Amino acid sequence: MTSPDWPLFEVFIRSRSGLEHKHVGSLHAVDARMALEHARDVYTRRLEGVSIWVARSSDIAASDPLDADAFFEPARDKVYRHPTFYAIPEEVKNL
Amino acid sequence: MTHSELPYANSCVRLGHYDPELAVYTQGLDSLGKDCLQTPSADTAALTARFDAKVERDEKIEPKEWMPDAYRRTLVRQISQHAHSEIVGMLPEGNWITRAPTLRRKAVLIAKVQDEGGHGMYLYSAAETLGVSRDELVAQLLAGTAKYSSIFNYPTLTWADIGAIGWLVDGAAIMNQIPICRCSYGPYARAMVRICREESFHQRQGFEIMMTLARGTPAQRAMAQDALNRWWWPSVMMFGPSDAESQHTAQSMRWKIKRFTNDELRQHFIDVTAPQADFLKLTVPDPELRWDEATQHYRCGEIDWSEFHRVVKGHGPCNRERLQARRSAHEQGRWVREAASAYAEKTRARARRLEESA
Ligand SMILES: [Fe+2]
Ligand SMILES: [Fe+2]
Repeated sequence: MTSPDWPLFEVFIRSRSGLEHKHVGSLHAVDARMALEHARDVYTRRLEGVSIWVARSSDIAASDPLDADAFFEPARDKVYRHPTFYAIPEEVKNL
Repeated sequence: MTHSELPYANSCVRLGHYDPELAVYTQGLDSLGKDCLQTPSADTAALTARFDAKVERDEKIEPKEWMPDAYRRTLVRQISQHAHSEIVGMLPEGNWITRAPTLRRKAVLIAKVQDEGGHGMYLYSAAETLGVSRDELVAQLLAGTAKYSSIFNYPTLTWADIGAIGWLVDGAAIMNQIPICRCSYGPYARAMVRICREESFHQRQGFEIMMTLARGTPAQRAMAQDALNRWWWPSVMMFGPSDAESQHTAQSMRWKIKRFTNDELRQHFIDVTAPQADFLKLTVPDPELRWDEATQHYRCGEIDWSEFHRVVKGHGPCNRERLQARRSAHEQGRWVREAASAYAEKTRARARRLEESA
């Protein structure tokens, strides 16, 4: 259990080498070092990770879900960024 | 505990008001005060429609998104009560760590109890994404105004109780929790996936203890039977009040917080557990329990709901003891938290001085 002045940290774990770190949850700690140790105890009791990142939750900037439609709008009409946009005849191979 | 005795009784945001629907880990925690109904404006009507459509499409709701107040409150209450249950749930089993019969059993029991602590942490973390602080939730638990699963207000009298808890209590918890892996609220669903992955060993180690005792000396068999006698009904009650009594199941099902009714889950639990008791050659303490060919389900006797309500209201065998144990653990840890805060402050001050002198 925590003290009221302990900040919240978000925890990211790399499960195996070669994979990216993935958000797994959050915890309170007095500083980053304690956050790492707590993250190890809370989130990797079964060797679920080979590397942990912690970041103060207050330092994370996030896009606003209410603006999501407008925010991601620029990509919406650019279907030509996908390979399936281009019709290539069956008989052409390796393309 | 009555409604009026609770300091937060008038605020529906708080978790404290007496909740007759309160079942256990996760089920039946969905009742809302009538005073909590919102008055929708045109704006919220549009937002609500968008929210409902999203839930309908089985998309997850994420923390920063708009959600109806009642949905948020239901989740805060359910997730925090679930978290408290994991934390208090460490106590009955912790009681036997020093007396586990072998080193292997001791190591396993420590690992299980640590997992339950971890489950509490995942869940507090999920609750915090809804805008409540962990300290507030913990304070409510310690003040006795928050609820947790009634099952943990029963004592662990013999070693066989550790077997019965793993087998029955974790078994019932798993049955409750698996559907919540598909809950509409993302952080809760994800915490539940993590928890369910860890629960299976809890149940299996419990069954293994029961199996060892059931195949042991007559005294060991008797101990296993006695544990089953005492834990069966409380485990069956873990699923919460019957559907007829549970008025808010419908809303929680619409919100996809809950996927099955209390009685459906209870029936499923009995159907899978009764044959396991047969395998152990132990007798389920329900003379009316029998297989029904017609329905392909077990039929069982009446549940004594007066006992359930008595324990929920704080009159179980160990309610006081459990809270006392949590409070003293919190108090005894105070100096550690203070020392950690002081050390962190000192380290930061030193870093500032170094920066200034550089
Ligand atoms: Fe658990
Ligand atoms: Fe468990």
